[in-house]
Order: sequence, then structure tokens, then C-alpha cells
Amino acid sequence: MTVVGTPIKRREDEALLRGRGSFVDNLTLPGTAYMAVVRSPYPAARIVSVNLDAARAAEGVIAAFSGADLADEWAGPLPCAWLVTEDTKNPPHYPVAIDVARYQGDPVAVVVAESRALAKDAAELVEVEYEPLPAVADVEQALSDGAPLVHEELGTNECYVWKLETDGIQAAIDAADVVVTRRYRQPRLIPNAIEPRGVLAQVGPTGDVTLWSATQTPHIQRFVLQLVLGIPEAKIRVIAPDVGGGFGSKIQVYGEGPLAIVLARRLGRPVKWTEERSENYLGTIHGRDVVHEVTFAATKEGKITAVRSEAWCAMGAYLELVTPGIPLLGAWLYSGPYEIPNYSVTFTGVFTNTTPTDAYRGAGRPEATYVLERTMDALARELGMDPVELRRKNLIREFPHTMASGLTIDSGDYHASLDRLLEVLDLDAVRAEQAARRERGDVKQLGVGFSTYNEMCGLAPSRILGAIRYAVGGWDSATVRFQPLGSVQVVVGTSPHGQGHETTFAQIVADRLGVGVDEVEVLHGDTAISQLGMDTYGSRSLAVGGIALWQATEKVIAKARAIVAHQLEVSEDDLEFADGTFRVKGSPDRSMDIKAAAFAAHAAHNLPDGMEPGLEETATYDPANFSWPGGAHAAVVEVDTETGDTRLVRYVAVDDVGRAINPMIVDGQVHGGLAQGIAAALYEEGVYDAEGNLLTTTMATYLVPSAAELPSFETDRTETAADNPLGVKGVGETGTIASAPAVVNAVVDALSHLGVTDVPLPATPERVWNAIQEVRS
Amino acid sequence: MIPAPFDYEVAESPEHAVGLLREREDAKLLAGGHSLLPAMRLRLARPACLIDIGRLSDLSYVRDVGDEIAIGALTRHKDVAGAPLLQEHCGIVAYAAGQVGDPQVRHRGTIGGSLSHGDPASDLPAVVLALGGTLVARGPSGERSIAASDFFTGVFETALAPDEMLVEVRVPKLGPASGWAYEKLSRRAQDWATVAVAAVVERSNGGASKAAVGLTNMGGTPLRATAVEEAIAGGAPIAEAAAHAAEGTDPPSDLAASADFRRHLARVLTRRALERAVAG
Repeated sequence: MTVVGTPIKRREDEALLRGRGSFVDNLTLPGTAYMAVVRSPYPAARIVSVNLDAARAAEGVIAAFSGADLADEWAGPLPCAWLVTEDTKNPPHYPVAIDVARYQGDPVAVVVAESRALAKDAAELVEVEYEPLPAVADVEQALSDGAPLVHEELGTNECYVWKLETDGIQAAIDAADVVVTRRYRQPRLIPNAIEPRGVLAQVGPTGDVTLWSATQTPHIQRFVLQLVLGIPEAKIRVIAPDVGGGFGSKIQVYGEGPLAIVLARRLGRPVKWTEERSENYLGTIHGRDVVHEVTFAATKEGKITAVRSEAWCAMGAYLELVTPGIPLLGAWLYSGPYEIPNYSVTFTGVFTNTTPTDAYRGAGRPEATYVLERTMDALARELGMDPVELRRKNLIREFPHTMASGLTIDSGDYHASLDRLLEVLDLDAVRAEQAARRERGDVKQLGVGFSTYNEMCGLAPSRILGAIRYAVGGWDSATVRFQPLGSVQVVVGTSPHGQGHETTFAQIVADRLGVGVDEVEVLHGDTAISQLGMDTYGSRSLAVGGIALWQATEKVIAKARAIVAHQLEVSEDDLEFADGTFRVKGSPDRSMDIKAAAFAAHAAHNLPDGMEPGLEETATYDPANFSWPGGAHAAVVEVDTETGDTRLVRYVAVDDVGRAINPMIVDGQVHGGLAQGIAAALYEEGVYDAEGNLLTTTMATYLVPSAAELPSFETDRTETAADNPLGVKGVGETGTIASAPAVVNAVVDALSHLGVTDVPLPATPERVWNAIQEVRS
Repeated sequence: MIPAPFDYEVAESPEHAVGLLREREDAKLLAGGHSLLPAMRLRLARPACLIDIGRLSDLSYVRDVGDEIAIGALTRHKDVAGAPLLQEHCGIVAYAAGQVGDPQVRHRGTIGGSLSHGDPASDLPAVVLALGGTLVARGPSGERSIAASDFFTGVFETALAPDEMLVEVRVPKLGPASGWAYEKLSRRAQDWATVAVAAVVERSNGGASKAAVGLTNMGGTPLRATAVEEAIAGGAPIAEAAAHAAEGTDPPSDLAASADFRRHLARVLTRRALERAVAG
């Protein structure tokens, strides 16, 4: 029976839905003490003194420390693994600030008490004397003359400048019939994983450390913990139990993890910390916060000849794990699914007195796709051409396709996705309804917007990562282990936090080995169980980890084949393997199933000479290329022209994610991704005031949309096989990458007959109404 | 997300609750908890003592009392929204209760709690104000009635004395010539109104001869749009009358909207509310 390609239910869900999941905050060890972090209320301030007396005297308090008290504990600062140029500035960043706080939320002291509530109460009693310093929160202001310096010793707020350019870009622009230049501001987004961060640290009698962490990256955590604490990795075990979402915000190695370990060691007790929601808004990385200026050059027939992008990207106050590299993940996508021969991309990283930025679903790719797809519409208007027609004219037709920017797209059929999209959308009917409303002068106008996109995921080929200065590799690993009686344990180096890996991976292994899907158990998220791995981010778990799993499975089959050949006294080449059974070619009654081979491997009574007992294999897979999902999306919006109130009425997504192992999980990933991209288009914005105070610190002011704001998504797929044994491309980020520009293009389209050409992100009622007023006056 | 320490008392009766309000320093009544508890969890509110009135089930009712409908203060929004008596005689209250927050809020939050909280962005205050409703408060010396127009005194402030609790809300039965509408603009379904308008009209010859208009989130308290009401009474067409909706208001500027945009919304939503109310 084949389970790959079928929508079997997620085995993860029953426990989670019944409240029987096991998250970090559910775990308590005997003697656990609780940590509360005191955070700077100032965006920038010198820490003059920290008085801990009242906190230490408070009920239930075990200890309290300032940043200076703990300064000697650190073997090194919290590292950044992706310094994108030789001269990228990386100022030291410690778990607790020592002399200067550089963003609102920067930790300045820590309190440990007998309960979480007592720790919180005592944290309020810590008296910190601050000398407020001037602060800057806006990337453009941060680069202006005389701007306050986030790190005075650097003498500048510029972190780096990174450039990728083909020869002759300026000549191509100069020679073009049509040139459009547009500027876009993509605001801050706050990731909002449903489970905030949390850690529980235990230090054993020999100095061995166990850290339970709400993380996407147990392996990376372990690696970084050695750098920060000086404890050998071999003595560190990191466990990611059930993790309630991350969207990239749980990749980083935040200060609270090493801090809890240090306190557990000093106090001789396990130490737990659970982030509060408003604390999460300040203390966990943000995404986006980028200003772009983009130029397209084209012939008058609509063939795009050059794209040039310049972007100013907020780093925040410090570099987190991969902060400077986030724009680079989009650096090859400014030509998207189009054939554009001349190419230039520049990123300037900028320090601001804000929460650090880092990976947020899509990471660099939504930023690129947004400006690309918005500018496609701007160019279409400039040319007087239908936006779908312009896209069609420029979509890549042949694969593999090597882009002007240098990377090669292995597979795709962008025209097929677009054709299917138009079919599902029934564009003619939408346009007819739009025309009728315009004709009638309806208060509520209709708009339709498109986004044809591709993305670069399956992070990542280690050699390419090395070439762009990422500190480690992008491979992954898997182990497939037959137990003696025929059930199968799978150990993977990826670390899920809601994606349904246990189900998907079991489907792959069950099909290939010919065992029942319920006989396959998938283990992950514990460095003591899974030694090798590079964890989960960048839509890599299936496209990289899944291939490692495929290869490990093939190795198991190969060993079983040798055992069966030996026992049946035939040559390995004479054996066929299907549905869990090896059969002798031409003599199908001579057979042995793989479970029998597994038992034989464990019994070891009759193995080929020199063969080790057991049936367990490990494989690592380092992809030769990124994977390249793509597709075509359309949004239909209704805009109330009197109030600016904008409602999404339809959303159609046709994606090519390669082969879908579990179509239901794929749909779920697309739905969640769409919701986040639509949120960026219409609802979510992390707002700092000019002084660097975060104004959106609760879910009442940071508007994560709910199901009530979203229509039923219409999803479909076209499929081209990726160049890997499973043909899979990854689906974690497609929805987020494609959707925001489709929605904003739709808003502009709804108002285009009035003369509106742009609405800033997010398209709030007031901004939409203002856009209408501007063209009316 | 962790409130500051507080004491907790359970009231056995309205009299007991009022007695506790007198005895305990810095005490707050806890009803549905959907405004107070979030404020406490953010440590924006730090009452020394909570008096839980949630078990006073006698205060959950919707009754016909002649010319008025009486609503017990502890009636939850979902019960107000679903009350046949209100739907028949004063539909705007039921409708607006169905617009409060999200289903979780409507299943816990109470009409008395919402009115006593005095949040100018809440839906029910402007509705009760437009209806000319009456609020019944119990204090140490018994009950007194407060007109809705006297009840809301400032941002999160009401005419309730520190030792009084709201026990009942009375709204008029609307006659057959009446029409009503509540027009609300909010960013998300669950959000407070950016601006909302409650309109109750007397219909006549396809227009309105009389109108009462309540404004949500257009100042420190819910407001009556008196200039609109006077224009309607003076025979002005709806569109002309609605243009006066922002007069005398002092709307906030915040992340949801600027004050100017709110004034604009008040005019648009007032016109729409009056038109819908007239259309019945």
C-alpha cells in the first residue's frame, strides 16, 4: 500500500489537541527555580548602577545578578554565524548588558526565585539607575549625518554593504525604452509563535548540561553554547520537546539559554524561564524592516532587460545568529521567475536601537518578492499592459535555467501554474464584476492582484554557504534502524515545531521499506538521540533532511539485500525488492521479507562473512543546489472607498512544490504561510516611535489576523519534480513569500481607476483612504 | 502576563459585594474579567483586592418590566445577544452585544462589567446612551437609578461611587415606527471599534423625524451626536445631518487611526447608520 501522496492525518495532532503536548513550560524538575529577566525600558541608556538589595530581600528570592556580576561567566559573546562581508561589524553581545542597554527590552539584570510569580514580583524591585542616551529606530535616519550611534565605538551605524552585480547594468538601464523606479518600505513584523520562548537548564554532577529549549535548532544551540560558556559540546545535551511554532524566531541562540545554565550551575538547582507574551514582543527577534529602491528597465514591448535593487536593512541593536545574512537569502530572487539578463542587488545593513531582526518565515525572500511583484505591476501600468500579460512575456520557459545572478533553477513550469491559476480564478468573471462596480460607482470596489513567484529554499549547499561566508554547513542527516522484530526507528537531524515531520517522514520510510506507516517511529529534537543535524528552517527539512532519510533507507535496503542474498544463496543482482519483500527474479516463490532480514541481522546466526550485526544505517545529504518552488497566486479584495476598509474576499494559490508527500500537510503549510503574508499586507506592523519605544507590545495593538479576517483559501498545485530522489522542493515559506504583493497589488488595482498607484504596508483603512484622498485632491 | 499580588473575596450577594467594597481598600469587582484581568496581567491595573461577583447568578436575566426591558448586570454578552425579548423590543442591544470582542469574550464578559468599565471604545456604552437607558446601582443605602447620560464621566470613569455596584440596565421598548442600526468599523473582528455609531430613529415618510445617535471611541466617553440629532429634528436630510457627526467630539489618535480619520469615519458611519435605521 502506498501512503506517499495521501493525506493521512497527522500523528502529532491528537496529543496536542487534547492538551497532552509536552512543552518546556510543562516540564519541571525537582528543585526547579524560576528566572525573571529585568529589561531596559529605554531604547538606549548607560547603566549607571544596579541595586539588587530590595529584590534579594523579597519573598522567595534565591539570587539576583546584574550584567556586571555575570560578566566573568562568558567564554565569549553570543556569536553571529553569518558575517556576510570581511568587514561586517559585529559588536559584542552578552546575555545581560553590562554597561549600555541598546534597545527597549535589552536584559540588564536577572532574578531567580522559588516561583515564576515571585521572580516576576522581585524583578520589579530591581533598581536600575539609567542615564538615557539618544536613540534611533529608523534605518534611514540611522544613516543620516549626526544620527545617534547604536554602538559608539564603531563610529557608524552601517554594519555592512553587500553587492551582487552583473557587468553592464547601467548601460542596460540607459538603453531601455522604459525605466521605472519605485521605493518601498516593509515594516517590522513580530513572529508571534503561539508558544513563547522557554528554557529549563540542569547542570549535572560532572558539569554536564541538559537544556530543554523551545527551539528550532537543538544542534546549533549545542554548538553555540560551547562558544558562549566554554563547556565542551560533548557535555551538552539540548532537547527540543514539543515546540509551539517558531517561524524562524526560534533559530537563534538567545541569551536566556546560557544565562539559565550559568544560574543553574551557580545555584545548584535547575532553572526555568518562560517568556511572557509582551516580553516576547521585545525580547525575541523581529522580521523585515527594510527600505528598498528598485529600478526595472524594459523594452516598450514589455521585455524586462534589467533589475537593480538597493535595500537598507535594519539589523536592530545587535547581530543575532544570522541577522546580516537574512537579506542574502533573497539576493538571487530579485529576478524571480523571470528571465532578466542584467542584475544588481545591494544591501546595506544598519544598526538601530531596536530588537534585533533575524529570520522570519521566508527570510529575505518575501522582501525580494514583494518589491519585484509590486514593480511588475508598476511597469505594466507604465507600459499600458495587462499585468498578467507582462508576467507571461517574461516568465522563464526552459529548465534548468541559469540566472544572470549565477544560480541555476533546476526545475519548474511557471506558465503551467499561471494557466491553472487563471482557470481557478475565472479572471474574466472577476474583471466583469469589477467593471460593473466601477460602472455603477459602487462604494465597495473590487480589485484583483497577482504574484508569480519562485523561491530558493532547501537550505543549503554547504559549498555555496561557505562562499557566502555562512559559518557552518547546510547538509542534514538521518538514521533508519530496524528493531529486531521489524518495527522501524527513524532518527532525523531536523527539528520540527509544528510541521508534521513525524507523519511525513514515516510515510516516506514506510512506503520504501514496505512496512506499515504505524510501524515507523520518528525521533528528533534531542542531541543525545540525534547526534548529527542542522535543524529546521528555510523549508529544508523535507528537501534536505528528507533526502538524507531516503538515502539512509536505501542503505538499509542494500544491507538487507546482502543478508537475503546470502541466506537464499543467490546473487544480490538476482533479487527484486518491492512491498517489503525480496524476491528472486524468475522464482517469485523464493523470497524473504525485510522484517525477516532485520531479525536475521540481529540474530547474526548466518550473516555474510565480515558483516556487522544489526540493521541500521545513517546517511548525510548535502544538496548540490537549492530547491526552487514556484507558482502563481491571485488575491481579490473589496475596498470600501469611503472608509478605506479593505477585505480579502478570495485568495487563489497554485504552487509547484514538487512532489507532495502528504497533500493535507502541504495545504496546511500553504494556508499558514498565506495567512502570514496577508497579515503583512493588511494587518501586522511592529511600530517604534521616533525615540525607539516599541508601541505594539500586545496582541491588542499588533494585529495578527484571525480566521474571521481570512476567506477560505483556494489552493491547487502543478508539479514538476525537483532534481532529488524524492522530487520534493519544500513548502514552508511559499505562502508567505507570494501573498503580500498579490494582496497589495489587488488593493491598488481596486483603486487604479481613481489614479491610485501605491498604498504603503500594511494597507490599513486610513492609509487606503489617504491614498484615495491624495489622488482626488 | 502575571498579575501583581492581590487578595480575593467571593461575594455571596449584592449586599455582601457592596459591604466588601466598603471594607476593603483598593478593591475591584470581578465579573467576566475580560477587561480587568488583561489589564492586571499587564500590571496596568493593580487592585489590592478582587471581589468576585461571578457567582451572583440572580443578576443574570432579561425581563419585561412594562415599557422597558431590564437586563441583569451579570448577563453575559452572548445571552444578551440571544435574548428574544431584546431582539423583539430593543434589537440594537442584542445586535451590539453580538459585536463585542470574539466568541470567548462574549461567553465570559457581562453587560454590567462592560458598562462599569467605562471604556469609550466599547460597543455597549454608546448604544445604551443613544437609547437613553437607565443604570441601576446598589450602594450601602440601597439602589439608585442613574441616567446613561450621567453615567459615563471620563475615560474608564463612571458615576458609580467606590462602594456601589451596577446591578441592572434598563432600556426602552422601541415602538413600531422606530428603526435602529449599529455601524462599527474595526480592524479585526475581535478588535475594539476604531469608531462605531449607534442610531435609533423615528421613521416618517421614508426618512427620520427624530434620531438619537451614540458615538463609540470619539472621545473620553461615549458621546451623543447632538448636532446630528438637532439637524434631523430640524428636517435635514440624512446626508446633511450626518456631516455634523464629528462636532463636539475629541477622538483619540492611536495606532488604529488618527483623530482626523476618526472624524471622517464618524461622518460616514453616522450616515450609514441613519440610512440603515430608516430602512429598518
